[in-house]
Amino acid sequence: MIGIVGYGSYIPLYRIKTEEIARVWKRNPDDVIQNSMMEEKSLPAIDEDTATMAVESSINALKRAKINPKDIGAIYCGSETHAYAVKPDISLIGEAIGAAPNFTGADLEFACKAGTAAMQACMGFVKADYAKYGLAVGSDTARYNLENVTDHNMGAGAASFIIGKKENEILAEIEGTFSYTTDTPDFWRREGEKYPKHTERFTGKPAYFKHTIAATQNLMENLGLKPSDIDHAIFHTPNGKFVIKAAKFLGFKKEVIKSGFIVNKVGNVFSAATLLGLSATLDKAKPGERILMTSFGSGAGSDSFSIKVTDKIKDKVNLAKTTQEYLNNKKYVDYATYCKFTGRLK
Amino acid sequence: MAWRRIKQRNCLIGSECNECKTLFYPPKLKCKKCSSSNLSEFKFSGKGSIVSFSEIRNPLYGFEKQTPYTIAIVKLEEGPMLTTQIVDFDKIEIGTKVESCLRVMHTEGHSGMIQYGTKFKPAE
Repeated sequence: MIGIVGYGSYIPLYRIKTEEIARVWKRNPDDVIQNSMMEEKSLPAIDEDTATMAVESSINALKRAKINPKDIGAIYCGSETHAYAVKPDISLIGEAIGAAPNFTGADLEFACKAGTAAMQACMGFVKADYAKYGLAVGSDTARYNLENVTDHNMGAGAASFIIGKKENEILAEIEGTFSYTTDTPDFWRREGEKYPKHTERFTGKPAYFKHTIAATQNLMENLGLKPSDIDHAIFHTPNGKFVIKAAKFLGFKKEVIKSGFIVNKVGNVFSAATLLGLSATLDKAKPGERILMTSFGSGAGSDSFSIKVTDKIKDKVNLAKTTQEYLNNKKYVDYATYCKFTGRLK
Repeated sequence: MAWRRIKQRNCLIGSECNECKTLFYPPKLKCKKCSSSNLSEFKFSGKGSIVSFSEIRNPLYGFEKQTPYTIAIVKLEEGPMLTTQIVDFDKIEIGTKVESCLRVMHTEGHSGMIQYGTKFKPAE
């Protein structure tokens, strides 16, 4: 048995409303909300980055796991916006949470799915007995050119998961995982460039939908699962509409994606997006329920997981701040402050 | 070099005198109370309260983009006091309960090191 023994979210305090961004660029906010479902998004404080947010979510994961941080033998952090190009975030995370110095790990990058890749890496280490526990983190301060309408979607946040294999500690068992990867350059950021780029319009079908659906269908087939066996489903959230469309295609009812659907309040949090959805879902899930989670990373690939919640969840949820509590605790800023906090003022 | 002080700056690790149990932050090599050299690392909880604070509008080098920012003397619940920055607040006063968080202190230009450190925010 392998599974999650602790989990935690982090969403910064600050938010900007879609109306405020639309005001500056003279867009109709109703059109933006209708197209992306994004009502508001989170942004980092001026002194927050991927590494500091990852530390916050990892501390929350440790509060729920109630383990000695020295027993964490592997830390992997997925992000598109690591604090440094060369110098790992995981060394800072490991030191800050008290896991250093006896652990391995690396900063991972696979567009928006590096967080779930981190989970798979931890599963391997723990399953092979190379580590007692593994810490997987997805953390991002998503950015796009200010003038591009996609900037409405770019959020900030982090989620962390501690993977272990002691049956009496597991709050959610990972029943299986399946990955689907092809060389599909739908979105990228070149070395030294500040913002990513899209190939063109209409890449949703060959990139997001193809990979998300293939990974999910393969996993469900391998485990003999039908849509009716799934109580909660989480998909990567570049916007709100894609998730609903993917869930519908796969035969899930709209209610199934409700628990993890927070994109309209935080934005697309890149590598943390799917994992924040999982964290939000675990806050609400009941013992015995099954969660299906499929990430998507441009470039392109998807990791799909089947996760079954155990009785332990009841004792764990209230040991740290829930995702909903982070969502409720917010302070709106204007566009000038948004630019200041995200380093756009020269 | 600041990176040699990462444990104290990022992890709020001070020291405890093994003879008289006095706690210190930042860490000491010698106990200021009993002069013992027998000290070990002590990890503070990160909880405390504001003793005094001031808003800074003429920033230190490296803190220009954070201006205005608030510095405070915080008394940790274990006893020692430290000077720190307070973030993520609407209103604070003397006695406000705070908790630690790891934040960027400043960056050494575009290509230099990012200096992290412990700051405090209102406790929840």
